Amino acid sequence: MTDRIRIVGYCCSYGGYSSADLAGILHIGYSPDVMIIRIPCAGRIDVLHILRAFRDGADAMFVAGCLEKNCNYEYGNFEAKKRVEHAKRLLSDIGIEKERVEMFNVASNQRWRFPEIVREMVSRVEDLGPSPLKKVVK
Amino acid sequence: MIIAEQKPLKEICKNIEGHHKILVAGCRSCVAICLAGGEKEVGLLAESLRLYSDLNGKNWEVSEITVERQCEKEWVREMRPSVEGRDVVVSIACGVGAQVMQELYPDTRIVPGLNTSNMGAPEEQGIFLEKCGGCGDCVLHLTGGICPIVRCAKSLLNGPCGGSQNGKCEVNRETPCAWDQIYQSLKKFDRLDLMEQVIPPKNWMPSRSGGPRKTVRPEAVLTPEEKKAKEGID
Repeated sequence: MTDRIRIVGYCCSYGGYSSADLAGILHIGYSPDVMIIRIPCAGRIDVLHILRAFRDGADAMFVAGCLEKNCNYEYGNFEAKKRVEHAKRLLSDIGIEKERVEMFNVASNQRWRFPEIVREMVSRVEDLGPSPLKKVVK
Repeated sequence: MIIAEQKPLKEICKNIEGHHKILVAGCRSCVAICLAGGEKEVGLLAESLRLYSDLNGKNWEVSEITVERQCEKEWVREMRPSVEGRDVVVSIACGVGAQVMQELYPDTRIVPGLNTSNMGAPEEQGIFLEKCGGCGDCVLHLTGGICPIVRCAKSLLNGPCGGSQNGKCEVNRETPCAWDQIYQSLKKFDRLDLMEQVIPPKNWMPSRSGGPRKTVRPEAVLTPEEKKAKEGID
């Protein structure tokens, strides 16, 4: 176990991932504490993925999908938004701060947006402290 | 189908307190359709319990299983390898499923993970509405296919009451008046004469007041010889 912050970012191919890619191409730096997982669409995310991220040691996680009404698959980002809300309710019931999970909407050409999201999540973890599960994560 | 909702996580955790090996058992029938106790919900509840356990140092060992129908002994029997060795089973089937499980596994504690609510149908995705009260004496042929027992807040057999306004119920302005719906339905069939027919006081004997109701179909009941032969096959 390390003291390093761990943030998991589920990024849709068309919005979140492309924005991260563009930031990389343009050498716009962002925290190395984020682990990007590319998914075909934000709608692929499941509440179980979010819960498992925490059990596997994440301090926070986010989903970065396309801008609303701009999803490549019509409504995948709306589905993701509902699932993130569901996960927040479950985490609150379990006793984990719901602020550790967030849904963001990003366009592929918003090169500043992905680093901004990472900064936001890093800042949240700094405020909240490490995941309350860290002390028991194997 | 049977409509149910998951109990609050805190309540489930309280009910399984003191146990170590936990099985979350779901059902792929009604409760899967109403998104309360299917395979997906089993996964979510099991993961939530694992997180709760980790967070609170409970050291719970949580496993999962989902069967086709928890209300049928044939399916529940097949769960034996998963149930054996477990201290407690959280059944997220309806109350029927949980009871069948308890009957077949009398030495294992079964706790309900759902609150079973009613018999209904999906209105649209994620919205379910009660449709049948299981009164045992159906009057749908007189009421245009709309049940006045559950869909009218007052269960009136000769409605509407004075609280019906603009097709809505006075008990809840968002609830359609069942008797307005009955009127509209009968009008379509050109059977408004049924509205004038007084439905006599209902026979509540077959309803839920004399203990559990038992339905027997003599043609399907096995003879002792058949039972013996079947046991041999099982």
